[in-house]
Amino acid sequence: MRQSNIGWLFLAPATLILFVVGFVPFIYILYVGFFDWNTNAVDPTLRWAGLQNYRSLVFDTTFLNSLARTLVFAFFVVVSELLLGYVLARALMADRLWGRQFFRTMHTLPIVVAPIAVGATWRLLCVPGFGIVPYYLKLWFGIDYNISTNAYHAFATAIIMDLWHWMPFVTLSLMAGLTALPKEPLEQAQIDGGNKLQIFWYVIVPMLKPVLLTTVFIRLMDALRSVDEIWMLTKGGPAEATRFIGLHIWINVFPKTDYGYGAAMSLLTLYVTIVLSWLLFVAMTGRKGGAQ
Amino acid sequence: MRRSGIASFVLWICLTVLTLLPVWWMLVVSMRPRVKLYSKSFLIDDLYWDNFLAVLNSSTFLQYLWNSLIVATSNAALVCALGLLAAFGLSRYKISGGDNVFFWLITNRMAPPAVFLLPLFLLFTKWFVFGDFMLFDTKIGLILLYCVFNLPFAIWLLKGMLDGIPLELDESARVDGATTGQVLSNVVLPLARPGLAVTFILTWIFAWNEYLFAATLTSSADARTVTTALAEYVSVTGTNWGEMAAMAFLTTLPALIVLGFVQKHIVTGLTFGALKG
Repeated sequence: MRQSNIGWLFLAPATLILFVVGFVPFIYILYVGFFDWNTNAVDPTLRWAGLQNYRSLVFDTTFLNSLARTLVFAFFVVVSELLLGYVLARALMADRLWGRQFFRTMHTLPIVVAPIAVGATWRLLCVPGFGIVPYYLKLWFGIDYNISTNAYHAFATAIIMDLWHWMPFVTLSLMAGLTALPKEPLEQAQIDGGNKLQIFWYVIVPMLKPVLLTTVFIRLMDALRSVDEIWMLTKGGPAEATRFIGLHIWINVFPKTDYGYGAAMSLLTLYVTIVLSWLLFVAMTGRKGGAQ
Repeated sequence: MRRSGIASFVLWICLTVLTLLPVWWMLVVSMRPRVKLYSKSFLIDDLYWDNFLAVLNSSTFLQYLWNSLIVATSNAALVCALGLLAAFGLSRYKISGGDNVFFWLITNRMAPPAVFLLPLFLLFTKWFVFGDFMLFDTKIGLILLYCVFNLPFAIWLLKGMLDGIPLELDESARVDGATTGQVLSNVVLPLARPGLAVTFILTWIFAWNEYLFAATLTSSADARTVTTALAEYVSVTGTNWGEMAAMAFLTTLPALIVLGFVQKHIVTGLTFGALKG
């Protein structure tokens, strides 16, 4: 390695672009959040409002409900994907398997499909009167499944759609992690007479921790910000049953042009996201942030 | 061993059917004429292409398709070039504060887009305005913007690959009198080519797939992309399911084409190199 500042020259273009489209917006929104600014109001200029935007945000029940709903959604999605993904990854790790490459490739498909197309596809499956899901649920199980009137059905469908979209990723990454584990500690634990549960909890989980942390982190971030699929599937409805936070910001800020308030909403959402990922990090590594 | 192999096989089959079912249904619907739309059979009854033809004959959709192609290709090229430079710097030089910069670069990828929609919209419409030109509703705007999530991804992927190229090769080239630029173009670049190809394809797909920014930061056929076309179609036309399915299928097509090529790398890429897929 060369110790020199030439390295910065190579980093500079990328840093510059990310500074302009990644960092400047952040600073800008921090600034706008302190103002009252509505371009369609009588006075379309920025007026200093201090913390007023944030104050009203704390009493905005639609916003808070939407935030809470997003957290519930993310919790269900991440937990079920992790559990199911682990079970599947273990089950799929047979030593000899015919057509493994083909299966793995098919498994990658949902990950690369455009979220908007995922939403459209699931709409084709689930929309009342047209889709096959309501039809066969009625025919075989007598269930009146309707995502445009029943809030629970819509919410559950959003979760299942997310499972379809992202569980392959969890399965594949856990498989990669499990395959890379050293064999000796597992064999040692078996010789020492550990049962399956003990081996799982005291040997596999600690060794798999970095992989688990990465996977959960990525899935959590994605679940918190999913907009496109939901927008296509339900438009956030019925009522507000599937209106998650990203969607809430998107469909509120622009038609109302209430930019100061929108900035406050965006920032609070970002704050919650950061705090959550920090909590996750601390919980999984057992380490406190900051000075070690 | 043999038994678990068979059980695994059956499990894979079931999972694959579940994975493909929605995509298959989309294809089935896209090949149905209006009169047969409400049939609940899972089979393609006849090869009916009119839905696809109708979609492809619409000049707006073709324009959107073209925009998507330009935006995704330019963005992927830009990201690969800048990503290669950055990865070269990070992998070959000890940069003071390099770790922090690296970390910051990566966090950009994780930023929730909905949070950045508003500031970017305001910046694009009010600040990044040069005379008559503003970034809002331009392909260039989207190309630059998609760097937010694609550039960190590319830097990660490429850094891992450059780290795998032995430093001795650089050194011996330098001993032979090569300049830094020559090392990069004659030693590193040829060896990094497969990695660059993967990076290009994946970033291309991500740019192609993006919807939220494209929907918010563009307003006319000059810059709207194919994902916004699909979303618009769904909101406007409601129940023309056949054409909607055809459009969704066309949007998915690039992903289907490159699938086999990217599958080995996608897990590595998405987990920031923490996992080798």
